[in-house]
Amino acid sequence: MQPNDATQAQDTLDGYNFAYLDEQTKRMIRRATLKAVAIPGYQVPFAGREMPLPYGWGTGGIQVTAAVIGPDDTLKVIDQGADDTTNAVSIRRFFARTAGVATTERTTQASLIQTRHRIPEAPLTEDQILVYQVPIPEPLRWMEARESETRKMHALEEYGVMHVKLYEDIAHLGRIATSYDYPVRVNGRYVMAPSPIPKFDNPKMDMMPALQLFGAGREKRIYAVPPYTRVESLDFEDHPFEVQAWDEACALCGATDSYLDEVVIDDAGGRMFVCSDTDHCTQRTASREAAE
Amino acid sequence: MYVAVKGGERAIDNAHRLLAEERRGDRAVPALSLTQIKEQMTLAVDRVMTEGSLYDRDLAALAIKQARGDLVEAIFLLRAYRTTLPRLAVSEPVDTARMTIRRRVSATFKDLPGGQVLGPTFDYTHRLMDFKLAAEADDDAEPCERGEPRQDETVPRVADLLGEEGLIEPEVPRDGDTAEPGDITREPLEFPADRSTRLQSLARGDEGYLLGLAYSTQRGYGRNHPFAGEIRMGDVAVEIVPEELGFAVEIGDITVTECQMINQFKGSKAAPPQFTRGYGLTFGQGERKAMAMALVDRSLRAEELGEDLTAPAQDAEFVLSHCDNVEASGFVQHLKLPHYVDFQGELVTVRALRREHERKEATDAAE
Repeated sequence: MQPNDATQAQDTLDGYNFAYLDEQTKRMIRRATLKAVAIPGYQVPFAGREMPLPYGWGTGGIQVTAAVIGPDDTLKVIDQGADDTTNAVSIRRFFARTAGVATTERTTQASLIQTRHRIPEAPLTEDQILVYQVPIPEPLRWMEARESETRKMHALEEYGVMHVKLYEDIAHLGRIATSYDYPVRVNGRYVMAPSPIPKFDNPKMDMMPALQLFGAGREKRIYAVPPYTRVESLDFEDHPFEVQAWDEACALCGATDSYLDEVVIDDAGGRMFVCSDTDHCTQRTASREAAE
Repeated sequence: MYVAVKGGERAIDNAHRLLAEERRGDRAVPALSLTQIKEQMTLAVDRVMTEGSLYDRDLAALAIKQARGDLVEAIFLLRAYRTTLPRLAVSEPVDTARMTIRRRVSATFKDLPGGQVLGPTFDYTHRLMDFKLAAEADDDAEPCERGEPRQDETVPRVADLLGEEGLIEPEVPRDGDTAEPGDITREPLEFPADRSTRLQSLARGDEGYLLGLAYSTQRGYGRNHPFAGEIRMGDVAVEIVPEELGFAVEIGDITVTECQMINQFKGSKAAPPQFTRGYGLTFGQGERKAMAMALVDRSLRAEELGEDLTAPAQDAEFVLSHCDNVEASGFVQHLKLPHYVDFQGELVTVRALRREHERKEATDAAE
């Protein structure tokens, strides 16, 4: 039997519906989500509600999570890959209070994972759903500020500006200078913002067995990548897409294959590198200790 | 040794306790009661109700207290509560001509039916510090006699008076207006937005933002030649038509401030020269906001009236996408959340670019 680190389901907050949102609102969000799944990468407008957490703190992800979570789910919440960053703690607590669901820090034990800025290192499965918090859902926003224009560009599959932007990077700098929120093309059709995950995580989205849902609360958009869907990072034949790499290994667990955070450890410029995915790091450290 | 950012949970709990302590302040000073806020911070309550889009003085007072007087935070609190409320009925349009008027001024006519009523206004106060208020003897102030409010008397709006002569455009649905008013709390804001949706956004919009935009139109960024046709403040009846009755019943009064701007218009191919309108409405007494809203409303009609679009205040997508202070405050302040993953990505990129730059310089120097 697997050790179960998940906290048990608890009683919920009095006076509020399961997972905070009323059932009509959940239905509206589920409809938008179904449409999003049916048209991979297409941004579906939805009547986002004001949540008791501020815009920018993950209100879109929270609404999507609230609409898909059930009493039997086990929830994991990460921010910057870590379960113990303050906002991840706050959102996990929000659902522990309002839905009484079990929560976990183990990627493999979660049925539902809400994330900000990372995809866990451990491969996800068909039984899992990954919910991304999205600040700016429109990948074309920095080329064209107007929603009325960008919607037309998506409809006409007019993505030239995006390639021009990437090309200009290469012409000026010799390389594509986008390091996070790196644009992808979903199922060969819609260009999509993967949310501000590092481009290191982009390849994980491709043909992922888990359902990927994206919620942008302030911008009131939901989009999705269904399981086993092609997700290509935009590039050029002579400048293929590449991800970040480090010369160092994680100072805690020795991983060389994970995304590393740089930590300043003294005022003399000393640095160390550690896994951004805290669960990945913990599991590796534990299994190393067990082996010794 | 590196200490991971652990213990977020305890830090949050402690921060909340500290916040509660700071909110309370010196315990030797009596706590503010909601009644005090409701009765003496009336304009703060009005603003929170307007931008929180919920008419409830008690809840607004509670929000102000809980937010330590930070009105944008109080607006957020009220909005987050409002969104959980069931929608029991939709009221009939309020008729401001039947308002029980407490203040009514027109800048376009010296006198007019219903008269000018100055009412409680800061307008002609000299902004001198009133040290008597600091001396705590406020309660002894001589009470002011209030005139009897004129009940059940229709006071025609200035715009209606002009309308009789056809000098001002009639207020009728235009191309693109839907039969039912839009509701951005139930449908996402999409562009182009019809006027009812624009007005709803502006009514919920941040007073400071609208004030700045309105001011910009007066300084030439999309000038629209306004006159304050009328500003009126007072109580209006709210009526609903219950399905089982089939006729309107009054469910209560609310205080509102209404501003009708009258704007010059030289006419176009389709329309004769006539005055056009800008409209502003707030809960409570919110004259600055109502006037700013009316100016911006008129600016946003530039396209419909065939005017050149040259200024930010005429750009509906720009104005409406950024006028909500709950959204704006959240997104601006989210920058304080951790971004170290993205920043690490940028560090890697900048270091690579710098290496490339140094290599190039070295090669150039060698040549």
